[in-house]
Amino acid sequence: MSNRTLPAWIDIGLIPLINICLAFIVSAGVIMLIGESPLEAVQVMLFGAFGYGEGIGYTLYYATNFIFTGLAVAVAFHAGLFNIGGEGQAYLGGLGVGLICLMLDSWLPWWALLPFAIVAGALFGAAWAYIPAYLQAYRGSHIVITTIMFNFIASALMVYLLVNVLIEPGSMSPQTRSLAEGATLPYMYQVFAAFGIEIEQSPLNVSLILALLACVLVWLLIWHTRWGYAIRMIGFNEKAAVYSGINTRRTIVISMCISGALAAMVGINEVMGAQQRVLLEFVAGAGFTGIAVSLMGRNHPLGIIAASILFGALYQGGAELSFEISTITRDLVVVIQGLVILFCGALAYMLKPTLEKLFLRYTLSKAARRDNLAEEAQS
Amino acid sequence: MNDVLLMLVSILDSTIRVSTPLILCAMAGVFSERSGIVDIGLEGKMLAGAFAAAATAAVTGSAWLGLGCAIIVSVGMALLHGFACITHRGNQVVSGLAINILASGLTVTLGIAWFAQGGQTPQLSGDARFAALEFPGAAAVADVPVIGAIYSELLSGHNLLVYIALLAVPLTWWVIFRSRFGLRLRAVGENPQAVDTAGISVAWLRYRAVMCAGLLCGIAGTYLSTAQNAAFLKDMSAGKGYIALAALIFGKWHPKAALFACLLFGFLEALSVRLQGVQLPVIGEVPVQLMQALPYVLTVILLAGFIGKAIAPKAIGIPYNKER
Repeated sequence: MSNRTLPAWIDIGLIPLINICLAFIVSAGVIMLIGESPLEAVQVMLFGAFGYGEGIGYTLYYATNFIFTGLAVAVAFHAGLFNIGGEGQAYLGGLGVGLICLMLDSWLPWWALLPFAIVAGALFGAAWAYIPAYLQAYRGSHIVITTIMFNFIASALMVYLLVNVLIEPGSMSPQTRSLAEGATLPYMYQVFAAFGIEIEQSPLNVSLILALLACVLVWLLIWHTRWGYAIRMIGFNEKAAVYSGINTRRTIVISMCISGALAAMVGINEVMGAQQRVLLEFVAGAGFTGIAVSLMGRNHPLGIIAASILFGALYQGGAELSFEISTITRDLVVVIQGLVILFCGALAYMLKPTLEKLFLRYTLSKAARRDNLAEEAQS
Repeated sequence: MNDVLLMLVSILDSTIRVSTPLILCAMAGVFSERSGIVDIGLEGKMLAGAFAAAATAAVTGSAWLGLGCAIIVSVGMALLHGFACITHRGNQVVSGLAINILASGLTVTLGIAWFAQGGQTPQLSGDARFAALEFPGAAAVADVPVIGAIYSELLSGHNLLVYIALLAVPLTWWVIFRSRFGLRLRAVGENPQAVDTAGISVAWLRYRAVMCAGLLCGIAGTYLSTAQNAAFLKDMSAGKGYIALAALIFGKWHPKAALFACLLFGFLEALSVRLQGVQLPVIGEVPVQLMQALPYVLTVILLAGFIGKAIAPKAIGIPYNKER
């Protein structure tokens, strides 16, 4: 293969687009395999996700989680680390948010409680990411394996806590008591109502603003600070980073902690916003979806926002689909998610050699024609 | 005295039952990871195999056809993994993860479409399942103290796949450490350049390694749905693939050590079922969740180098690029 690279628009625009299309084409094949019409499914999904107010609300509510976990994966990725532990970090982060809210919710209104909740959640999530990061940086154990293990440990720990310790007395299901009314995050429809605009009710809450804020902060951190430079340098070439005097071990730990803290913000959206209590499995795979989101969004906040909305639409549209067509359930969304990870991640460069060849042939033939023209003009 | 023995035998008996899919998957991992291909997709291949086996067995009524189908599907997924990370040098972790997610979604989606039972397959019975094999004379010696219980309870009375799993370990050991294919496979996991220089195809070796892994995962899946259970259930692998991965690392990528790790993890699980709600002297009640998390915790501690050192094959996770 030649080292000649493609122009940027093909590399970061066209190739991901083709890969996503491939993932969707295969998904359509799956829908046909189970005897339904892909076109009808797409229609139902699109309408369910964007066709009416409540649908849009749900889409953006799911997207909020995915922005957080997508950013989490991306920050680690810039440092060359693959954080599969978003699920566990979000889970533990939710525990932090829940604990501080349960402690303070009778005294503080939501706007005073929110900073504490963010800090507590971030600390818990970062702490859960710190251990694998420390082990990777200082003891040489592989971060992928340890974060997988930590997902399971987090899950076991949370089941234990919710069943034995934090369970609401007298309750049968493993969940904490509900938060006090004034302590939960306002829904977006309430915010809009305060300005006199009517929108339909949905679990979408002010954490969406927090998510967009996080995107800006991550963008500033990665591309406009010394730390971000160090992080990207490690991801680009760790040896070069060592020789240029960057403390790679400390930077690895820091970027993983930031990653864990970002994943933990799922806890704000779920625990303080939508569910208003800590319950089992509230992360519901958002940590893994974050991987797809980050791969699809090419680790850039703007790409992540777009990919999050797409996945939010898939989740909400998938829910709608399972209402409309009885043979399709939300598991179809899991299939699509797997295919997106496959094509945008593992097979990301499948088409590159082919496109390179096509592009070279095109440019060469253009150059040859130009030369011909020039010769003709001379003669 | 006899009661203690009986309890011990029955815990060990369930240890073997629980460990079987772990052993098969861990051996699959030995093949794949020794050749330098990270295999996080053990879980997905096993789950897909479990579904294929149960679906085929439900339709045809034959457990053997189920096994064959499970192996085909699982090897197919292994080839997909190989296509992504051997041919196209994709990220092996991402590819494995994609396979796991794909399998978890696809099995349920197809299950609902084909059987309309909420993602399950119909209950299997008779020839559609792998039945227990009774050793000759097991019933006759059952009353003989100690030996009788061990022979008739612990050794006899499992299904064929359990014995296949136990046979897979020495077989894997032999292939990896005594055969020419195994020598090359280990070499390609340590130093692919050297293998390439010797004129042996790195890609084809690695493809064969992941196919071996697919085969074993298919058997593991078949065990789950047609031997241990009598139907496919949604997400029935329930993290067993990851425990097998943990056991593989805990066993330092060595078949024998991985076998013992699997048995240890299986024993913990069997014990945790037994200990549920039991007050132990001094420690009190042991939380089930602690026992469930123990394999993962132990693996993390091992990886951190606190109990011995787990050294992975050198070229693991690195796609081989001939032109560099």
